[in-house]
Amino acid sequence: MTDALVFSIYVFILATFVGIEVISKVPPLLHTPLMSGSNAISGITLVGSLIAAGEGHGELSVYLGMAAVILATINVVGGFLVTDRMLEMFKQDKSPKPEETRRGN
Amino acid sequence: MSLFAAFAYLLSSALFILGLKLLSSPKTARRGNLYGAIGMLIAIVVTLGDKNIIDYTYIIIGLLVGSAIGTILARKVQMTAMPQMVGVLNGFGGGASALVAYAEYGRMGSQTAGNAPDVLVMLGLSLLIGVVTFVGSMVAAAKLHGVMRGAPILYSFQKQSNAAILFAIVALIALFTINPAQWYLLIAIIGLSAILGVTSVIPIGGADMPVVISLMNSYSGLAAAATGFLLSNNVLIISGTLVGTSGIILTNIMCKAMNRSLANVLFAGVGADYEGQTTTTEQRTVIRYTADDAAFMLENAQSVIIVPGYGLAVAQAQHVLQEMASILVGKGVSVRYAIHPVAGRMPGHMNVLLAEANVPYELLLEMDQINDDFQSTDVALVIGANDVVNPAARTKKESPLYGMPILNVDQARTTLVCKRSLNPGFAGEDNDLFYDKKTMMVFGDAKATITGIIQVLKK
Repeated sequence: MTDALVFSIYVFILATFVGIEVISKVPPLLHTPLMSGSNAISGITLVGSLIAAGEGHGELSVYLGMAAVILATINVVGGFLVTDRMLEMFKQDKSPKPEETRRGN
Repeated sequence: MSLFAAFAYLLSSALFILGLKLLSSPKTARRGNLYGAIGMLIAIVVTLGDKNIIDYTYIIIGLLVGSAIGTILARKVQMTAMPQMVGVLNGFGGGASALVAYAEYGRMGSQTAGNAPDVLVMLGLSLLIGVVTFVGSMVAAAKLHGVMRGAPILYSFQKQSNAAILFAIVALIALFTINPAQWYLLIAIIGLSAILGVTSVIPIGGADMPVVISLMNSYSGLAAAATGFLLSNNVLIISGTLVGTSGIILTNIMCKAMNRSLANVLFAGVGADYEGQTTTTEQRTVIRYTADDAAFMLENAQSVIIVPGYGLAVAQAQHVLQEMASILVGKGVSVRYAIHPVAGRMPGHMNVLLAEANVPYELLLEMDQINDDFQSTDVALVIGANDVVNPAARTKKESPLYGMPILNVDQARTTLVCKRSLNPGFAGEDNDLFYDKKTMMVFGDAKATITGIIQVLKK
């Protein structure tokens, strides 16, 4: 096993704990935006795609890289924008509290 | 990777974690999403400065095309179609990971033999997870969008053949590790993974899609993480893992709410257990009420809890429901919403649909928060929901619903149910609630019924 792999496994395990801590605090109210938002984050593969598309290592790699850039960019841009669109719709109650206007009966 | 890039990626990772953390409250969630986007932008800009990049032509084309399609999708998609949207995006993420993995193989060129076996294993795994995510997500999205039949597709030895395909892929990866120059082994891995993507999703019925979408969300993260292992890139591993855990947590929540085990979902047969089950044929009578009666009950109540189901969204009745609720609030009635975890087609879907109809989020309460309040509530108004309010889940041991957490609408003083017909829900289980003395059934389309109630309330 290479050192790089051992190091990667460290990062993977620690990130799993961080993920469980952070995600379990997200209320069900926001689970759909959580999915689309985290989905946008998984578009981070774009980083790998950019290098594959730009390195000029043979035609096949370049075209595959470009296809990867397109897919990952749709994932990233679409994901963040649609999450923002959804989150914008979650508004606080501005109407007076029911108690204040309750009828006398 | 330069030292500068390494620290920039660290900053990106920190912003992703912070962004997800801010999603814990609707007040800060939008800022959290923005932090995530900034983290992504930093990662992209730094990568563009990588000294290995010699040609920007294809990068710019890719970024422009992808941004245009992504923007259009995000702007145009209907909130009811959000599960398909997330499904397609999951798939694209997975597809990108697979493409990067194959391109990485091309980059290795003739030096493939010089690579450590674990790099080659990661290459194979990236392809496997990426392709399964891509194909599986597309099948799930096609089912959700109605392009493909939603019903489970079943054949004999389904679990066994899926297991055999997976075993064959693992064997091919092992073979590839020994003979990395044999590119056709990778093509075989891709082909079999694509078949597995199809065969692992088709047995799952349309009603169980929330589980599949969550699981694919997790896979898309794991695909990115696997690519991170391949490229020894920590920002990919960290963000991929975060998404992977998020998807698994959501999958678990959905499974619990739907009364299934994760193993049951993973190894085929979700939605198949109750295929062909018939409902009781005994004649029982329900009393039909009209919108007038319903309006009278609601108007004279002090407290109302609305239980929305997917039928509400199908009828596009969210906006009229909100109008009705605000009229009631204006008359001094306390109105709240009880949201079952599986109300909708993906985790949290019903909350988004109601938020779009301008329902303030404080009024959207999850099951555990509100379930004890039904007994002190005058009217529980059930619209387009069935299985999630079926008392059989508490009592009938032989029912597929038994053990599933339900909303205690039968404990309210009166239960108003708006439904199109008496047809059983997805689980095929007749609902005793409809025949209860305290239950008032109002038959008809949700939108028409609520509009009728509004007209009476306005008089």
